[in-house]
Amino acid sequence: MATPKLEWRGVSKRFGANKVLDGLDLSVAEGRSLALLGRSGQGKSVTIKVALGLMVPEAGSVLLDGVDVTHQRERERRASFAGIGMLFQGAALFDSLPVWENVGFRLINADGVPRAEARARAIEALGLVRLAPEVADLYPSELSGGMQKRVGLARAIAGQPSLLFFDEPTTGLDPITAGAINELIRDKVTSLGCTAVSITHDLHSARTIADDVAMLDAGRIVWQGSASELDHADHPLVRAFVTGNPAGVE
Amino acid sequence: MPHSAPGGVIGWVNALGRAVLDGVAAVGRVGHFAARGVAAAVTPPWYPRQILGQFMAVGFLSLPVVGLTAWFTGAALALNIYSGGDRFNAETVMPQIVALGITRELGPVLAALMLAGRVASAMASEIGAMRATEQVDAMFTLSTEPRRYLIAPRLIAATVSLPLLTLLADLIGVAGGMQVSKLLIDLPYSIYITNTVDFITRWDVESGLIKSAVFGFIIGLMGCYHGDTAKGGARGVGRATTSAMVSSAVLILAADYLISSIFARL
Ligand SMILES: Nc1ncnc2c1ncn2[C@@H]1O[C@H](COP(=O)(O)OP(=O)(O)O)[C@@H](O)[C@H]1O
Ligand SMILES: [Mg+2]
Repeated sequence: MATPKLEWRGVSKRFGANKVLDGLDLSVAEGRSLALLGRSGQGKSVTIKVALGLMVPEAGSVLLDGVDVTHQRERERRASFAGIGMLFQGAALFDSLPVWENVGFRLINADGVPRAEARARAIEALGLVRLAPEVADLYPSELSGGMQKRVGLARAIAGQPSLLFFDEPTTGLDPITAGAINELIRDKVTSLGCTAVSITHDLHSARTIADDVAMLDAGRIVWQGSASELDHADHPLVRAFVTGNPAGVE
Repeated sequence: MPHSAPGGVIGWVNALGRAVLDGVAAVGRVGHFAARGVAAAVTPPWYPRQILGQFMAVGFLSLPVVGLTAWFTGAALALNIYSGGDRFNAETVMPQIVALGITRELGPVLAALMLAGRVASAMASEIGAMRATEQVDAMFTLSTEPRRYLIAPRLIAATVSLPLLTLLADLIGVAGGMQVSKLLIDLPYSIYITNTVDFITRWDVESGLIKSAVFGFIIGLMGCYHGDTAKGGARGVGRATTSAMVSSAVLILAADYLISSIFARL
């Protein structure tokens, strides 16, 4: 079997007495799109942050292209993570920088792209998330929540990454924009061959953007299958997600 | 277990022991943070725009407040020498006392304390808010080390700006004293300046500038450290802001005494 693009091996993470991840095992193959489902507060965001090296797990490891990146030093990690894009749940835009510098942040500060060129590429990326070029010179505080989310998305995809993380990419967006974002994510994976991990609560999104679906509960993956298998799954939690009926879930 | 008996001598000893351990651990954390910050400041990659921006925020925008503080201090010092010093004819050496007091002590310390209020608190709240809204995490995922992009420019700007501001404070403070002397004892500016220049040594000024570089580093370090370790949303950021200001002010005064006592032995 080929080496997965990304793999969590027995990852455990706790905050004080709050055990969030408990020996989580999960992997994503190159060029696949995985949707991570789960109820609120089950550690979906933490799972992604551990993969990004933003949180260090107490046990287990994260493998990127087969290389253990869990305890890498600064320089090695910069190299490992050069091809990664991340959309944060709260967008996490730099509020001291205008939109275009947010989107072009990696280009300017890590890749050494001249500012004029970075600006042009940022405006291009804004177009992909259906934002007009005029938005480029606004500051994040001047945008609505949904627009901030789209800027965050443009920032994540701006540097031609090969591995993308989306933390609730369509939460808080109107259905039309949400649909466009779903298409965009789908498109990045199919046309550019990116690998993607998306957190979502929305089954419709999951079906659009994902090849595979994993359900996180109580710190572990309790169900995993292809997106088309969702409807026939017999795991009670997955059934509850599909039917929107919490009966049978404790 | 003694832990469950908070009262009595054992409880008291426990509390003291824990406080000492907490204190030692905190010093260790700050020291570690400082070492990593300095390492980032002296090795590439650097972010010139960020460094320039911080020079603007820390140095240039502090000019008015430092200038005013220095003028009033020099003026008040001259006034006090006049009204309190006549017991031993101190008014005859007013320029010398003002120059000595300003360059060696009041210029560096007061400029630093003003910056502790203006700059350390602003750094802590800015970095703290960036932490709370995951901007620091986001920077990390954009292949940019926050230590280099955020911390190092602030350490550099604070450490370099404060001596320059202090030099200016020295000049303005002496000018304040000079204007008051003219007013009170009708001492001509030319004589005041001659007396000051003849009396003051290079070391008087230099020792003050060396101190102020240390104070500047303290301000940058406390601002960044408290911002970076802020926890618990807006409330945490508020606490970090206060801690940055108070801790830098106290450390500045402690370092002032320490460095002055080292210089006194030279
Ligand atoms: N930095 C942190 N410090 C303490 N607890 C945290 C932190 N981040 C997340 N948690 C806790 O971890 C659990 C999972 O959080 P999260 O991954 O954000 O959930 P979700 O699945 O909704 O994304 C929650 O109980 C949350 O309180
Ligand atoms: Mg989340």
